[in-house]
Amino acid sequence: MKTRGRIRSMFEKGGSLERLWPLLDAAETFLFRLPARTSGGAHIRDAYDLKRMMMIVVLALFPCMAFGTYNVGYQFYASAGIAAGHLDCLIKGLWVVVPLYAVTFAVGGFWEAFFALVRGEEINEGFFVTGTLIPLVMPPTIPLWQLALAVSFGVVLGKELFGGTGMNVFNPALVSRAFLFFAYPKSISGAGVWVLKGDRMVDAVSGATPLHLGIEPVGDIVPYLSSNGFDFWRMFSGLEPGSIGETSVIAILMGAALLLVTRVASWRIMLSVFAGGAAMALLCNAFAPSPASMLALPAHYHFVMGGFAFGAVFMATDPVSAAGTNAGKFIYGFLIGVLAVLVRTLNPAYPEGMMLAILFMNLFSPLIDYMVVRLNMRRRRLRAAG
Amino acid sequence: MANYRLRKGYDIRIEGQAEKILETAPFPAAVGLYASDFYGMAPKALVDGGERVKVGTPLWHDRRRESLVVASPVSGTVTEVRRGARRALEAVIVRTDGKQQAAKSAPPPKRTGPSNRKEIISALCASGLFPLIRQRPFGTVANPLAEPRDIFVTAMDTSPLAPDQELILRGREQEFMRGIEVLAALTTGKVHICTAGGMELDSHTSGLENIEHHQFTGPHPAGNAGVHIHHVAPIKGVDDVVWHCTAQGAILLGRYFITNIPSFEVTVAVAGSAAADRRHVRTLIGAEISSFARPNDSSSPVRYISGNVLTGRNAGADGFLGFSDSLVSLIPEARGKKFLGWLALGFSLESVSASFISRFLPRRRFSIDSNRNGSVRAFVATGIYERLLPMDILPSFLLKSILAGDIEEMEKLGILEVTPEDFALCEYACPSKTDIQRIIRDGIGLMLKETGETE
Repeated sequence: MKTRGRIRSMFEKGGSLERLWPLLDAAETFLFRLPARTSGGAHIRDAYDLKRMMMIVVLALFPCMAFGTYNVGYQFYASAGIAAGHLDCLIKGLWVVVPLYAVTFAVGGFWEAFFALVRGEEINEGFFVTGTLIPLVMPPTIPLWQLALAVSFGVVLGKELFGGTGMNVFNPALVSRAFLFFAYPKSISGAGVWVLKGDRMVDAVSGATPLHLGIEPVGDIVPYLSSNGFDFWRMFSGLEPGSIGETSVIAILMGAALLLVTRVASWRIMLSVFAGGAAMALLCNAFAPSPASMLALPAHYHFVMGGFAFGAVFMATDPVSAAGTNAGKFIYGFLIGVLAVLVRTLNPAYPEGMMLAILFMNLFSPLIDYMVVRLNMRRRRLRAAG
Repeated sequence: MANYRLRKGYDIRIEGQAEKILETAPFPAAVGLYASDFYGMAPKALVDGGERVKVGTPLWHDRRRESLVVASPVSGTVTEVRRGARRALEAVIVRTDGKQQAAKSAPPPKRTGPSNRKEIISALCASGLFPLIRQRPFGTVANPLAEPRDIFVTAMDTSPLAPDQELILRGREQEFMRGIEVLAALTTGKVHICTAGGMELDSHTSGLENIEHHQFTGPHPAGNAGVHIHHVAPIKGVDDVVWHCTAQGAILLGRYFITNIPSFEVTVAVAGSAAADRRHVRTLIGAEISSFARPNDSSSPVRYISGNVLTGRNAGADGFLGFSDSLVSLIPEARGKKFLGWLALGFSLESVSASFISRFLPRRRFSIDSNRNGSVRAFVATGIYERLLPMDILPSFLLKSILAGDIEEMEKLGILEVTPEDFALCEYACPSKTDIQRIIRDGIGLMLKETGETE
């Protein structure tokens, strides 16, 4: 205890390491719940804080993380035509995923600490969630240096330049992904990046995601997908190529359950993303030129393909970049669902519409809130007059 | 009679409710009155240290409306006129002599009706009881020159560890009734008595015409005057003045008109997990807290709060009961660091959120200390406030407009309808540990400045 006190004093005002105070503070608040007492205002405070909230999100991501790691290994051995055991799949997956996390947290942590030191603020836990999300929305083949660039871009331009956690307009994890999408499209789109490949390849395996196959289906779309091995239940379970964390709807639903039970994420947003996706898919179905078109893809297929479910549960619900009013959340979520399906079905250049839909609606969420607030003001004015 | 069922809000599961026992507390050796209990008054002291005072002797008055006075609840000697920065009056402390001699004053009018409204108000002002009446918008001490559209009487309290309203009213029904009559004479509109669901008042309120009884059911803050006004007859603008007072206040008003002598005797609950002998006591407004409340463990630090744990004043062990308070809460001060607190399963942590196991123990009560439970962070729209404010008001947007100092927006978003206490629960639950009540207070201060009534 005494040593800790002595170390502490070096970091305090006037101490030799004064400028590094945020580092000590971060370490301390991470390990301990400090006995900071309330002063002025409410004398008691809820046990809940932002750190707890973020921990819940990270916990909710564990199933996706675990399954994603396994699936990376599984896809690797499947593409090589090797019948590998579960443990082998997991180990191979860890071999890929652990470095991705190491790079993400090293780079992101550096920027967080850097900005905290420059501003003289406490290092906050905001990067915890972003850092956990980023590798999960990456293809397993992403080069580490590109990942480092993407993380830097997402944290610095996506968040810190706006003032840090709570001030950002866009979801920083998606900003990272969008950066790669536009700067290094070859690393994150097309058919070749979704499966980690060894030297040996089985010819029959293309490694394309079901969304990619949907661009130019041969024959009716649903049978075509399933003839390529992508029937509904396989995509639901998640043993398919894709970004690391997005493939298994089962794992995503486990996370969603935790987020909803703890009320950390908004049920309004989650529900309305799926509602919007379903509505748009039905509309597309009605206008599909033939059953051999992406337009004919049923809604429940959209939900299990690509990043739709992952985005709905973990990305759209980010409270900082989403709409803040309860009514606004319904509109925000609904339009994300609509846009995601719209991009998928009508724009063959971007088979995955979820990321763009969420970023686009991030941009519009202040406008949605603005309209909801005006309506509230109008209602209040009318009530006062009546 | 109307029933209002409110869904939004939350009852904090805090341990230490006062038992339904009523005792008479020992007569206090000293009383103290704090200027900050009289929001909206600009106090000018009328007494000096060493001066003798009687029950009803003015201690200070409002600089702009000199008839508005704060009076001594006891007879005795002024021991301290406490001043803060720029010599602003903070508190006046009186050592009691136990004789309770009343200051000479004309008795209040016998008949109370709209025709002698002026006499009633001047009698209430002279007695020092008038500040029991508060005013909306802004929650200031009522302006005796204003003519309220309606008057609300809050005969319920949903705040944490609140005193038992039945105990406050028991045996005081006549005084309460007389108080309502007095209030009814002060407005051309209605007197709205707001009680908890299921509470009967009809036997007391028969025979008066402009009186309405409303029942409110729901979690805290369903018992706040601001919530009642919002649902029954909302504030329409800066000039739409509504007065309100508590049941305890109405009792004091009524007693004055029955006995002709101002009385400051109130019923107070002694509660909180750190309090010994949790019960209700009869004591005086401003009484030394130590005269009726003591901690159950003198070895560990305790916070003495006059009022409830959300809005009360940190009075200290040698502090005094606030002017409008009917509760004293003693809670443990936070001590020691908790290892990996944010990772705890939380069997014993109280939270509005559903992120602790305690969520599944709805009957459990928790000993909550003064720990802030986290560091101050940027505002994040978690949607928690929206679940806790039972009004048609968008809390985070109102708060943002105040932070931006945008008066027009503030008004449109509902600043006229709220006081800090209505946001106290949001402050409790805020995961960013924002001082929300202070933000609301600042917003109201800005509005008062704008409307020419500087605080």
